[in-house]
Order: sequence, then structure tokens, then C-alpha cells
Amino acid sequence: MNESIVIVSDLTHDYAERRALDNVSLAIAKNEIFGFLGPNGGGKTTMFKILSTAITPTSGRAEVCGYDVVKRSSEVRRHIGVVFQSPSLDVKLTVRENLRFHGLLHGLHGTTASQRIDDVLIHLKLVDRAHDTVEMLSGGLQRRVEIGKGLLHRPDVLILDEPSTGLDPGARRDLWDYLLQLRKETGVTVVVTSHILDEAEHCDRLVILDKGKLVAIGTPDKLKREVGGEVISIVAKDPAEARILLKRKFKLASTIVENTIRVEKNNGHQFVPKIVEAFPGKIEAISVGKPTLEDVFIHHTGHRMRNEESSGVDT
Amino acid sequence: MNITTEIVLPTYSLWMRELIRFFRQRSRMIGVIGSPILFWFFIGSGLGSSFRMSSPKGDTSYLEYFFPGTLLLIMLFTAIFSTISIIEDRKEGFLQSVLVAPISGAGIALGKIFGGTTLAVIQAIIFLAFAPLIGFQFSVLEFLSLIVLLFVIAFGLTGLGFLIAWRMESTQGFHAIMNLFLIPLWLLSGSLFPMEGAPGWLRGIMSINPLTYSVSATRLMLYHQARIEHPGFIFSVCVILSFCAIVFIGSMLSVRKKSI
Repeated sequence: MNESIVIVSDLTHDYAERRALDNVSLAIAKNEIFGFLGPNGGGKTTMFKILSTAITPTSGRAEVCGYDVVKRSSEVRRHIGVVFQSPSLDVKLTVRENLRFHGLLHGLHGTTASQRIDDVLIHLKLVDRAHDTVEMLSGGLQRRVEIGKGLLHRPDVLILDEPSTGLDPGARRDLWDYLLQLRKETGVTVVVTSHILDEAEHCDRLVILDKGKLVAIGTPDKLKREVGGEVISIVAKDPAEARILLKRKFKLASTIVENTIRVEKNNGHQFVPKIVEAFPGKIEAISVGKPTLEDVFIHHTGHRMRNEESSGVDT
Repeated sequence: MNITTEIVLPTYSLWMRELIRFFRQRSRMIGVIGSPILFWFFIGSGLGSSFRMSSPKGDTSYLEYFFPGTLLLIMLFTAIFSTISIIEDRKEGFLQSVLVAPISGAGIALGKIFGGTTLAVIQAIIFLAFAPLIGFQFSVLEFLSLIVLLFVIAFGLTGLGFLIAWRMESTQGFHAIMNLFLIPLWLLSGSLFPMEGAPGWLRGIMSINPLTYSVSATRLMLYHQARIEHPGFIFSVCVILSFCAIVFIGSMLSVRKKSI
């Protein structure tokens, strides 16, 4: 394992009355693509804000590139590129002007700045839009400019908050292709928050945050293996009765999530016929599959991730 | 601390942005300069016959008396409009990336204040084109000194706007402050009526109003009396400079206090 570039220890953050992060500790290795996965309100945006020096944590420590995010915030700021979930571009300015003014904020001027801007424009395929004002660009292109802004000063760590917000699937794929390519070419460490499960699959490792707590950490594969061999989902006419029967007949523990009975079981496929035969006429649908990250999330929290999305409060 | 990267470059960046944005929105320019000119012309003409006062040039018309106050109003309006954009920058998200950049609070405050100040002075210069019409004449040197004075005054006004806008969550709140505080500050600055004729309590307020000194220094400048020997002029300039220093330091300190 490479040396750690981000170290978080016992990090806790409280908003007025709510604990947004609860005693979280973790380390992110150099050159890693690291994800914070969780529902809105889970604490990932709070983590993003602390790592990007936008807010000061209530207690605990976070270090980026060896610098404390509170005590040495200006050192940290020099080493990170930040891409916010909400736009941070000036829509009245052109793409190039946005990059130029951002470069100046990071000490880039003159020919160095021009070259960097050209590089970024080429990489992000924005050369022919460089002189358009940002308000004329589509959402996907605007997001690319945001990323260009974050990369202009060649940060060691690129921190992105929900980078695919508002992107269609095509643009989302492009974004991830670009992030993967970028990591390969420049060795940048990418830290990303997301509530989208597919997106988390791209990460080398990820952390699942729920209600401010770290509930699981590992590679996507490892997390899925932890769930157990397979997940059997059963839709029954009377779920409560079915769960009792499962317990009595097969000694199977089950959970119920949104009216679907879930059973985590090794060799689950062999069980499907047995279950169907055991409950004649009582089962409406049954399926078996390898665990997904959604299953991982349910396994650790007992509820689905999108349940909490409707709250709309993003912290 | 690296002064170039933490103060000079960010100041230039934010200043330049302010200018580009302004010149891309022509309507803003007309709004800011148009209404004070109308005020000046209508109020000046309307009150013309009922106003009697003498000036170093002899009898003063109200158009003439009201001229320095109008200059100040133009600069006050520009300062207000350019600092109100801080609230929009915060809402639209532009500020968030500025705040996590490795720059000092002084760079952020200076860039924004210089931006507004420059725009205010440009508009004031446009209005100065009317000066010869009512008999104000100046040499090149006098004109340049007047610009310097206006720049310092505009810096104070924009700094004051910055200090208020930085704490505000909504532009409505800023409008309320503008109507209840900034406009009265201007009304009681000797722009509309001279301090000498006002009742005692009003004179008291006017004498602690920093804008009073801005108007009086400008007036002295227009009448070629802005000399080192003139105690009133020197005192006014000192008040203006102190005011600038206070609002700038206040702005600089508040920048790093409030999070995103």
C-alpha cells in the first residue's frame, strides 16, 4: 500500500442541532480513487467541506498532504483542487476567462498560466468553446470547466462533491473516463463523494457513510464479499408469515426492505427451488443475484440508500 | 506570506472580473449614472430660483451647489451595485471557490473594493463632463487631483458596501440597509443642503457623517480651494482616509470569518 495522502482521525462535526459526522477515521492512499458513498444527509458533503478547508470540524483531525486542514489551511489549499457540487463558475465570463481568473487565485499568471489553460482546454475537449461565455454551455460542458478549474494548478489531490449531479448517463461516463485517465497520467489522488451506486463502482476503495457514521470501508469487491455469497429477494403475499416459515424450515435469517424479503446466503441459487416448493402459491416473485453495492448498504444499515434522498437536505 | 500570490494576483483577478462583468452589462451603467443625472437636473432646476447662497464664484445656482453631491450619489450607487454582487456571488456559488483558494482575506477584499471603486470613478468622470456647463473649470493637474480624491472617496464607499454585503444573506436585506442607512447618510452629507442652515441636532449628525467630509473636500476641490494651508480641506481628507482604513480593515477581517 502506498503512503497515505489524506488522513482523517476521529473526525466529528456538528451543525446547530445535528451531528453530521460522528467519529470517522480513515486514510486515503496516494494515487487512489477514493469514494464517499451514502445517502444525502449521510455526512459525505460535510466530509468534503472539511477536507477542502471550507469549514472547521467540531473535533478530530484531518490532514491533507501532511498538513492539518485547520492549522495549515493555506498549505492544504495549495495542494488541493476542489470541484463543488453547485456551480462555482462566473457564467458571464468566457471559459477561458474563468480559467484565467482562477489561475490568478492560485498564483498562475503570464505564459505559464496560458500554457496550463491550453493544456486543460485540450484535455477536456473544450478548445472550440474557450471563447463562449459559460452560460452558453450545456450542463455537462459546464461541469467539465469546473473540473478544469480544479486541475489548473496541478493539485496533488482532486476533491469532487457529487460530480455527476445533473449529468446525463453519457456525460457521466465521459467524466469517469476522464478521471481514470487523469489519475493514470498525472498520478493525482481523486476523492469523490456520491450517492450514485454505479459511480461508486469506479472507485478503488470506498467508505459508506450513514447518519454521519462510517459503516463500511474497502474495495467494492471486498464490501460485496462481506455480504455473503448471494442475495435472494422474495416478494410474498404475506411477508411476515413467509419470514417465520423461512426461519423455521431453513433456519434462515431475513430482513425486510420495502416489502421485499432479503436473505443473504452462500449458494443462494440452490435454495431458490427449495423455497418455492416450500411455499406453494405464496410467493409472487423470487430472484437471486450477486450482491450489489445497494445490498452492501442494506447489509450494513438495514435500509435502502434512496430512502433518505427525498429529505433533500444535503450536508 | 507571499504578497504576490496571496494579495496582488487575487486582487488583480477579482478587479478585472468586476470590470469585465460591468462592461458586458451596459444597462447597469445607464442605471447607475442615469438617475443621479436626472436628480441633479430636475431638483437643481426646480429649486433653482428659491435657493440663494454665495460661493467663492459669486452667487451659486442650485445646479451648481448640488453638483458635488451628485458626484457622490453616482459613486454611492456604483458602490452599492458592485458590492450587492457579493451576495449574488455567494448565492450563485462563485465565492465558494474563491474562499478555498490559497489567498489572503486582504486579497479578496481589495479585489472586490478596487473593482467597485474603479467603476465608481469611471462614472464620476463621465458626469464631470457636465462641470464646464455650470462654470467649473480645471487645469490638468487639478483634474488629476480631483480624480485621486474621488478614488479615495469611492474606496471608502465601496468598502462600506463590502462590509455590509459580506454579512448579508439576501439582496433584499441589502436594499433595506440601503434605504434606511446609506441613502440617509447621503442626504445628511451637505449634498442637498448646507450644514450651516440646518437645526442644531441635524448639524450634530452631519458633523459625524464621514460623507459630509467627502462632499466638502470635493466642493473645495471644485472651487480651487483645496490647498495644504486650508485647515478644512486637510481635516476632511484625514477623515476620508481614516474612514477608508476602518472599512478596509473591517472588510478584510470579516472575509475569513464567515464560512461558505
